[in-house]
Amino acid sequence: MIAEVWSAVYIVVLSAFVGYEVVSRVPVILHTPLMSGSNFIHGVVLVGAIIALGFATDNAERIIGFAAVVMATINVTGGYVVTKRMLKMFEHKKKEEQDV
Amino acid sequence: MFDLYELIYVAAIVFFVIGLHRMGHPKTALSGIIWAGWAMAAAIIVSFTIPGISNVPLILTGIAIGGAIGWIAATRVAMVSMPQMVAIYNGMGGGAAAAIAAIELLGGSASVYLQLALGGAIIGSVSLTGSTVAFLKLQGWMKQTPVTFPLQQPFNILILAASAYFGLAYLFPQIPSGLAFSPIYPFFILSLVFGILMTLPIGGADMPVVISMLNALTGLAVAFDGFSTSNFAMVVAGMLVGAAGTILTVAMARAMNRSIFSVLFGAFGKTDEHDLNEARIARAIEAEDVGIMMAYAGSIIIAPGFGMAAAQAQFRVKELLDILQSRNLQVRFAIHPVAGRMPGHMNVLLAEAGIPYELMVDMDEINRELPNTDVVLVVGANDVVNPAARRTDSPLHGMPILDVDKARNVIVIKRGAGKGFAGIDNDLFYSQNTRMLYGDASEVIAALIQSLKKL
Repeated sequence: MIAEVWSAVYIVVLSAFVGYEVVSRVPVILHTPLMSGSNFIHGVVLVGAIIALGFATDNAERIIGFAAVVMATINVTGGYVVTKRMLKMFEHKKKEEQDV
Repeated sequence: MFDLYELIYVAAIVFFVIGLHRMGHPKTALSGIIWAGWAMAAAIIVSFTIPGISNVPLILTGIAIGGAIGWIAATRVAMVSMPQMVAIYNGMGGGAAAAIAAIELLGGSASVYLQLALGGAIIGSVSLTGSTVAFLKLQGWMKQTPVTFPLQQPFNILILAASAYFGLAYLFPQIPSGLAFSPIYPFFILSLVFGILMTLPIGGADMPVVISMLNALTGLAVAFDGFSTSNFAMVVAGMLVGAAGTILTVAMARAMNRSIFSVLFGAFGKTDEHDLNEARIARAIEAEDVGIMMAYAGSIIIAPGFGMAAAQAQFRVKELLDILQSRNLQVRFAIHPVAGRMPGHMNVLLAEAGIPYELMVDMDEINRELPNTDVVLVVGANDVVNPAARRTDSPLHGMPILDVDKARNVIVIKRGAGKGFAGIDNDLFYSQNTRMLYGDASEVIAALIQSLKKL
């Protein structure tokens, strides 16, 4: 039990540190796309929703699990499409510059 | 024991980090989301191989429905509405996190971290309702002004404390709940209510900061769920977003010179008592006169704001830029970090219209050049150019602004004589060197282009 708690603490501290390092010193122009991109990444909650519904045993659990899958999928798909749409404009610009 | 799905989860985490890192640089940003996208797809597919998974047709139906809704909404929405779309997608993620926590709590999962599902449930619920209120406010389906009532903050904290109490009473039966039914119901209802109450007193101008904070919170909720479901991909990805989202929130609040605390508890934009009784006159000007003024100016700076986004005028602005450049005029764009509804909103919109990055200049740099500029064209910006921010008695006090009032001539394109997003009157409009060009930004700039063509 104690060992499990400590390994959990290590995981939390190290992943928070990586998150902090990865987005510090990001230019202001990328704040909005990055917020949207991280919004997409917590869409990994869909994995949890699939597992929750996958192991649901009664109807109450199935209903809640189904709602979780639908909401998580909206998060993942919407987050991806919106972020990609925003970032495409950066790509578009870059190509034009190369053409010149 | 070797589980292929765990290996794929680890790989997905590595790609999420690389993806986020690449999204932090303009040149690699697009590839960043694509890397993260492939990793996500792999993590989702491999989840079906976990031994014991059932209800597969139901899962696939849910994914089909959610995927269709998310995809259609995201492809149809206009660029201007991106902030509220991010808000609602975030709320959906929070809702999913809360629902997973509910199943864990109801089913009494075997995980040693079951208690942490309580955290996932509260934070996920707050994120769901809070993001929904933020969405409704930004979408204009709800009044954007702060909703306040006496003893609001103590009341809100009481609701949150009560929710936490009922949650603990559910987990530990020795804590009395004093209820005839299971304390899990008031636990969830009060968490959801707290999310609404927390977002109600926040005005439209502070909404970007709140969305970013709710985004970080959803990350945390996912991390909590990761523990209670023993899924470490969710723990690490959730913590990544929690930390990254917190940094972004602090950066945004700092750009507006607001602390997170004052955003949450300040009820910003409620009142400005300074100049309610002063009768001040704003002088209007016609598009043709502005055309002449610009044609003979040495240097021109365009300061865009949310009004440009709302009128979809960025394409007209590009046309205006082309015609001014064809006359060999120096034109640049003054970008306030929080102009629009989100930091970087203006850069995204201007880039959409094909305006080169080199012309978009940050606030600090452009402020040094504004006093030597002949004409500044303010396109639908208000609070970010309000000189009242330099006055100690203004609610805007301390917010860094674009010093457009120091330029030789200031032209303000504005829909009507109303106030800005923060609900504060703008001293700039009454300044000696300011002329107001009233009308829809898109139409006004079209008229301006016409007058320039005739010269």
